[in-house]
Amino acid sequence: MRIPPRNTQALAVTLLAGATGLTLAVLVFVIVFILGKGLPVISLGFLFDNPQEMGKAGGIFPTLVGTLILPLVAILIALPAGVGTAVYLSEYTGDNLATRIIRFGTDCLAGIPSIIFGLFGFIFFVTTLKMGWCILSGALTLAIMVLPTIIRTAEEAIRAVPAGYREVSCSLGATRWETVLKVVLPNALPGIVTGIMLSIGRCIGETAAVIFTAGASLRLPHSVFDSTRTMAVHFYILAREGISNENAYGTAAVLILSVLLVNSLSYWMMNRFIARRTK
Amino acid sequence: MTDAVKISNRNFSVFYGAIQALRGITLDVLAHQILGIIGPAGSGKTALLRSMNRLNDLNPNCRVEGQILLDGEDIYQPEFDAVRLRKRVGMVFALPVPLPLSLFDNIVYGPRLSGIRARARLNELVERSLQAAFLWDEVKDRLQTSALRLSGGQQQRLCLARVLAMEPEVILLDEPCSGLDPISTSRIEEALMALKSKYTIVLVTNNTKQAARVADTTAFLLQGELVEVGPTDRIFTAPKDQRTNDYVSGRFG
Amino acid sequence: MALAFTALTSLLLIAIFIFKEGVPFIARVGFRDFLLSSDWRPQAGHFGIYPMIVASLLVTLGAMLVGAPLGIACAVFLNEFVSKPVTRVIKPTIELLAGIPSVVYGFIGVVVVAPLIRSQFGGPGLSMLCASLILGVMVLPTIISISTDVLASVPNAYREGALALGATRWQSVHLVILKAARSGIVAAVILGMGRAIGETMAVIMVAGNTVQVPRSALDSVCTLTAKIAMEMGSATGPHRQALFAIGVVLFLMIMMFNALAMTAIKKRFAGK
Ligand SMILES: Nc1ncnc2c1ncn2[C@@H]1O[C@H](COP(=O)(O)OP(=O)(O)O)[C@@H](O)[C@H]1O
Ligand SMILES: [Mg+2]
Repeated sequence: MRIPPRNTQALAVTLLAGATGLTLAVLVFVIVFILGKGLPVISLGFLFDNPQEMGKAGGIFPTLVGTLILPLVAILIALPAGVGTAVYLSEYTGDNLATRIIRFGTDCLAGIPSIIFGLFGFIFFVTTLKMGWCILSGALTLAIMVLPTIIRTAEEAIRAVPAGYREVSCSLGATRWETVLKVVLPNALPGIVTGIMLSIGRCIGETAAVIFTAGASLRLPHSVFDSTRTMAVHFYILAREGISNENAYGTAAVLILSVLLVNSLSYWMMNRFIARRTK
Repeated sequence: MTDAVKISNRNFSVFYGAIQALRGITLDVLAHQILGIIGPAGSGKTALLRSMNRLNDLNPNCRVEGQILLDGEDIYQPEFDAVRLRKRVGMVFALPVPLPLSLFDNIVYGPRLSGIRARARLNELVERSLQAAFLWDEVKDRLQTSALRLSGGQQQRLCLARVLAMEPEVILLDEPCSGLDPISTSRIEEALMALKSKYTIVLVTNNTKQAARVADTTAFLLQGELVEVGPTDRIFTAPKDQRTNDYVSGRFG
Repeated sequence: MALAFTALTSLLLIAIFIFKEGVPFIARVGFRDFLLSSDWRPQAGHFGIYPMIVASLLVTLGAMLVGAPLGIACAVFLNEFVSKPVTRVIKPTIELLAGIPSVVYGFIGVVVVAPLIRSQFGGPGLSMLCASLILGVMVLPTIISISTDVLASVPNAYREGALALGATRWQSVHLVILKAARSGIVAAVILGMGRAIGETMAVIMVAGNTVQVPRSALDSVCTLTAKIAMEMGSATGPHRQALFAIGVVLFLMIMMFNALAMTAIKKRFAGK
């Protein structure tokens, strides 16, 4: 029996649309479920009080601070290295052995799961370099983890800067380096910032790479050599050890809201960037 | 007017990968003259121009042979500083490319790179170059607005002013009027005529009439070869080569 | 520009330090006893990780059974059947999925999916099935975003060619476009597998973590990543080295997936 093509088409489209609908439904469900249970828990006190009894009661203030500081330090470390690599890959060299090896290394690094970063951070920064569980160990580990994202977005943004700008700059007597500083990087900035935002989003949600490197102290850190606990780690501990479901929901809601905020910002920036480029 | 040779191309060839864009060009550019270069698309006019300020260096696939002398010095010898060369030999591109900065910052881009910081000096440079490019009156009240907001003709004059602000010795122009209306074109031509007393000018144009109007000497390029060069009047009235004759009389593809 | 080699140096450091801890251990315990024994009792000096290898592979396979069809279907639908403005809204929305932290997915698994499995199918609920479902959703963004890029890079002439010959849209998709995009989509799925096998926190929360070779999808299992993360905090001496040795196995598996994906992508460009 032959089914007429029109009917297979209709069937296929229904299935495909169903799959897409299901995916969207899962997404909406996850967000609505967490926010629905978590938002009522959130109050000024929840956000700005110190936790009591390991988070059973009280607020999440120290983990807010940890979630703010850790990604920031990580970006401060990853940014020069990542943008430097991107400039090197796109401005100074053609396609040669060095760039191919660097690209290969970047691709491999991007595929490594966070638990491996956690293991490495623990054995290298915490143990071998004797830095202990602290913000700096965690930030260095996260910096390595987000390096591929920063390199890729920056390289793409740098390549999108019109070649004419470089030629004009050089023809006006600028060196390659002056051209990069004065023309290329300023024009690639929105793309670079997008990469930064995506990386911050990834750091905020990260657990495995953080818990073994930055530790899980609930005290407010005084320097980068103190241990800290991020919201994601706090949420994991609350949920896994069954300390308080209510506070777990509240923490998860704040966590999701922060990630959504950061990611939406980066999409918005990226779109503005693309719109400007195609104008 | 002097007959001093400012730039001298000696048996100069350019290769882009396997393509040979220029074949042994030997051509002198005289000081304080306008040299017009004409020829059909793809004949190597841009390649020649970009060789004279070593902008081809930016293209890793590009290779050159032969010599180009600036005031008798070979600009392709290894110890010759390409960045300094580009400050002496300015260039205006076919499409106007204002940097995404204000008018003011566009014009002082070169001078600032040379270390000029004093505000008064920069102001003076901006006014003088804009006036020389016949743009001052149109933009003097909006120097701080984005250069991207100018019309095409204004943008191209801005690019000329930007080159003038570097106070170069030679100005290379690559079909500067190809996208412009007749009024903007005549503004630029006027500016060039006024500028040649101070500078040496090489004007590539796809418009033979423009060469006839402004060039003192005209060179005709065809498929990477220099077919003929001579005083503009003679090239247009009594060309020696049949191909030149065909081209200037419009009987050419 | 020494900066440019940061990524490469980091990669090498990671490999060196994990191998330095793990490889001597594997050599001491013996390849077979480490990989193929089912006896994991660190205190007694037994370090067999066979059940965890099986668990990781099965959970990953399960995740692919969920994630690959769903993800590819999504990508095809968004690319071939939906108008551009709609895609521009839906695609970023789906990419937000990627931003939701893995611990949150794990938590959803614990409070929603596992109880559902327990009441519908029996068993402990926290199981291979639960882990596969959760991971299947978690790999969706990877599969969807790479597949859409691949599909978008199929030249429009292919589509128009097929349509001009009287094919329906769906025929043009499954006869022409999916063929042209095949190796790219394979790469997307392999990269998704790499993500699934490396995922840790969500899996710890939902897989039950019993070290055993599962007999059914409803059994509780413990993956390689879960073992590392759960015992890392307290392990010392040979036990800790054993965890790094698991890290070595994981690292090699991931690198293999990456290499496979890269070959698939290369093939795609060579085929053009
Ligand atoms: N960047 C490049 N890469 C490869 N070939 C080029 C490049 N630029 C120019 N060419 C080639 O060199 C020849 C001369 O080009 P060009 O100098 O731009 O000609 P014109 O300016 O007279 O139109 C042409 O055949 C062109 O295809
Ligand atoms: Mg040209």
